Amino acid sequence: MSELLHKKVLQGDPRSIARLITLTENNHPDAASAMKQIHPHTGNAHVIGITGVMGSGKSTLICELTAAFRKQGKTVGIIAIDPTSPFSGGALLGDRVRMMQLAMDEGVFIRSMGTRGMLGGLTSAVYDVVEILDAAGKDIVFVETVGVGQAEVDVIKIADTTLVIIVPGLGDSIQTLKAGVMEIADIYVVNKADRTGVEQTMAEVESLVDITCSEKDRKTPILQTVAKQGTGTEELIQEILDHKQYLKKTQTLESQRRLRYEAELVEIIRKKLMNFIFDEQTFKDTIETLLDQISKKELDPHSAAEKILKRIIK
Amino acid sequence: MEQKIRVLVAKPGLDGHDRGAKIVARALRDAGMEVIYTGLHQTAEMIVEAAIQEDVDVVGLSLLSGAHMTLFVDVAHLLKKKGMNDVLLLGGGIIPEEDIPKLHKEGIAGVFGPGTPCDEIVSFIKKNVKK
Repeated sequence: MSELLHKKVLQGDPRSIARLITLTENNHPDAASAMKQIHPHTGNAHVIGITGVMGSGKSTLICELTAAFRKQGKTVGIIAIDPTSPFSGGALLGDRVRMMQLAMDEGVFIRSMGTRGMLGGLTSAVYDVVEILDAAGKDIVFVETVGVGQAEVDVIKIADTTLVIIVPGLGDSIQTLKAGVMEIADIYVVNKADRTGVEQTMAEVESLVDITCSEKDRKTPILQTVAKQGTGTEELIQEILDHKQYLKKTQTLESQRRLRYEAELVEIIRKKLMNFIFDEQTFKDTIETLLDQISKKELDPHSAAEKILKRIIK
Repeated sequence: MEQKIRVLVAKPGLDGHDRGAKIVARALRDAGMEVIYTGLHQTAEMIVEAAIQEDVDVVGLSLLSGAHMTLFVDVAHLLKKKGMNDVLLLGGGIIPEEDIPKLHKEGIAGVFGPGTPCDEIVSFIKKNVKK
């Protein structure tokens, strides 16, 4: 079954793409063998990461950018991530609501995903899903993170070009100086730029760029958009394409892709180890016993962790 | 290996009342399912296309305008035509009693009227979903 599946994915068949994504999300045993066949066909798509606070207009902006890329004849894959509930494990994935105009376009594939326990703004299977859409022939792959706070920066590991979306009126200049999300942009986008306070926001981001980019040759561009009206989309597309050229010219595309593979490799190992430790019944019993001891103060968490690791390593 | 039930909740046609759909979406979320909400004014084609891309196990349609005999049935037929035979199709809204057997016959496996407890929908899905 999987033999046929990867072939159909490479042909761009939507149902097969969707099926393989589900298999990777569920850690299905068939997924790994299909991904093995997929990998040699990857590396052609331009992966664009979009991050920003919730309600900043990420989905709407992706919809506008996608429509513009489609006019250039490019095909687009969109991965839209929303949070999974830490309590029920369920999720409400609502990014499609803002992308309705793309629903009937055969050149666009949209997949909504829950974070399923990951904290960095992405989801564990996202690396595989990027590879699947890339191998299926999409020219552009958007990765939309969950609405972020200050520290969810994993998107830079997967994207060739990272867009940080800001909106006017979120805080004073010290917010832009903090570490984390405000450091990761290849392009800053000030969306909802028709709102009051946009001048101040622009000034703050400009001064941030002045401080951080003085030694580098590429100054991080700052663009204004009003995604709902399509204002600024063309300029943004041009900056995105320019950034890809810059990556090629400076030969940083390869090293950036290497970072992606490193992050993926670490994630696969982490997942397998966690499954090994926490899903096997023998370990479950051990962990229950250790947790009892920790609760009774007979043991501390560090020593308990050592005990478990020793059992794996031997 | 972990499987989550994925559900598409959609509002076909022209009626703009989505409070019921949102409440059901929220209840399914709280039952541990991944719910993809597509918003208002969907055509049957849009709903089926989204169901394919999202690889959902369940499609839930909500309609209060009275056009269910046309729109629910359109979605059922189109799902079949596209080979999505494993998808559990549900409908909810203002549905007259006498229409329910006809909808069942057309492939809408569960029909839920006003006042249905959300738990009933959750257990219906868990019992009938094809995994």
